[in-house]
Amino acid sequence: MPMNRYLAVKLGEALLAIWGVVTIVFFVSRVLGDPAVLLLPVGADQQEIDALRITLGLDRPILEQYALSMVAMLRGDFGVSFQHTRPAMDVVLERMPATIELAGAALLFGTLIGGAAGAVAALKRGTISEFVVMIAALLGQATPVFWLGIMLILVFSVDLGWLPTGGSGTIAHLVLPGLTLAVFVSASIARLLRSSLLDIMREDYVRTARAKGLMPRTVFFWHIARNALIPVVTMIGIIAGELLGGSVVIETVFAWPGVGRIIMQAIQAQDFPVIQAGVALVAAIFILINLLVDLLYGVLDPRISRQ
Amino acid sequence: MKSFFLALLKSRAGLFGFVLVLVFVLAALLAPYLGLPVPTRSNLVARMAAPTWTGLFSPGAHPLGTDELGRDILSRIVHGSRVTLTIATAAVVLGGIVGTLLGIVAGYYRGMVDRVLMRIVDIQLALPLMLLALLVIAALGPSTTNLVVVLALTSWLRYARIIRGQVLALREREFVLSAHAIGAGTWRIMIKHLLPNVLTPALVVATLELARIIIMDAALSFLGLGVQPPNPSWGRMLADGRVYISTAWWIVTFPGVAILLTVLSVNLLGDWLRDYFDPKLRTMR
Repeated sequence: MPMNRYLAVKLGEALLAIWGVVTIVFFVSRVLGDPAVLLLPVGADQQEIDALRITLGLDRPILEQYALSMVAMLRGDFGVSFQHTRPAMDVVLERMPATIELAGAALLFGTLIGGAAGAVAALKRGTISEFVVMIAALLGQATPVFWLGIMLILVFSVDLGWLPTGGSGTIAHLVLPGLTLAVFVSASIARLLRSSLLDIMREDYVRTARAKGLMPRTVFFWHIARNALIPVVTMIGIIAGELLGGSVVIETVFAWPGVGRIIMQAIQAQDFPVIQAGVALVAAIFILINLLVDLLYGVLDPRISRQ
Repeated sequence: MKSFFLALLKSRAGLFGFVLVLVFVLAALLAPYLGLPVPTRSNLVARMAAPTWTGLFSPGAHPLGTDELGRDILSRIVHGSRVTLTIATAAVVLGGIVGTLLGIVAGYYRGMVDRVLMRIVDIQLALPLMLLALLVIAALGPSTTNLVVVLALTSWLRYARIIRGQVLALREREFVLSAHAIGAGTWRIMIKHLLPNVLTPALVVATLELARIIIMDAALSFLGLGVQPPNPSWGRMLADGRVYISTAWWIVTFPGVAILLTVLSVNLLGDWLRDYFDPKLRTMR
């Protein structure tokens, strides 16, 4: 398939998926309740509630609201946040840098540590290093991230007093939440890379490459690692998508002002425009990353792009 | 069956996971008969008592300490496991049945049905599971039934994808083609011929999903959207104990250890099942 046509199909699929996500979220969020009641002070009478509903456009039939918001969204207009009385997308986008910072740190350190550990475990088969890596990875995968975060706070903030318990702004604030997420990322990557490397090392073409006298390093990087990386790249893509969508729980534990927390607060406050804008953004990021992963496959394995 | 258990006995990791899972399930089932203090009874005299190991079997001993209301933490963890394991198992079964059946239908019919189903999977994948769960729980309200439905909702697609792939290969095999040739109906082929052949991969996915769902259930109760108090739940115990982190470390520590050990043992068992039945599933996710 020519590249342009491939990209066009992928783009069409992406738009369809975003539309689907936004539609589901639109109808589910209308079941949450009446934001007019929440926004007004306690004891407001029915007249005031009705007036506010008209201002917010909530008095119209639900399908009309849906059609109007879809048309507006096509123009990039996600409406005005009920709570913040500013454009909803602005409210979400403001939180993006904090989420990118945290996700970036977790991905960078998680991939480096996990990649090195996974490679060591596969290359030093049957040694104590493999055993240690595998035990650590198993524990890392079984640990609930939010509990790990609390334990790190207990040790490094409460007992030792080295690092702040929460908030953001300095590098010191980034260390604990970043480390917490990096543990989970590196555990997943280490396990997958190890089993993927072991599978590839058994392949005939690897034996052939060794037999014809290539240097072990050449065989490892050109024949083994390149192919073993394909499932790992998929996994990194999935994790990146999840992390950039904001890790609600970790952001809650560390009072980190990211996208996940603003969407959760919007759900609690029934701030429909912010929920909608947040979810559309998160879905778009996830799809974009998947597209990048698809393109990366072609680089790692030229057979895939020729299909 | 005999060779299955022999292989299990040989694998240290698999056996460890299996025994631990067995212990947890037994503890959950027998919780009321273990002579533990009542998990919801508070005792303000013994508030935030530190773990003590002397006089372990005397009444009033708290091997894992007590919480801010003087409730015994060990008892709350054991009773909490009943809630967690019930919810997680129900969600795994529900998600597994729906996902497996949809996977068979998609793989068998192919064409339009398959395309529509896989598109739905793609759409749902673009929405982070945690946000989906938060939204649905906020809309429906946090009850045990809703929790099971939401967790199953985050789970069905993993079965659907893997089972569909298996069925795409199975449907061209001789036994399916010959069932076709002698005039077996579509449903008969799907239920009698395809379903039994995908039960093993479904079981493997189910075990690994169980571990993921236990963590997600704990995360939801941690955010206050899980089982409602006074019922003990692991995530809730963590959330409540976080306030006392500087004075009573044991309140936030032990529920987390319980989650960790449960998930670890289920993962070990799941990994072993996968390697035993079908190592090819390893890089499928």
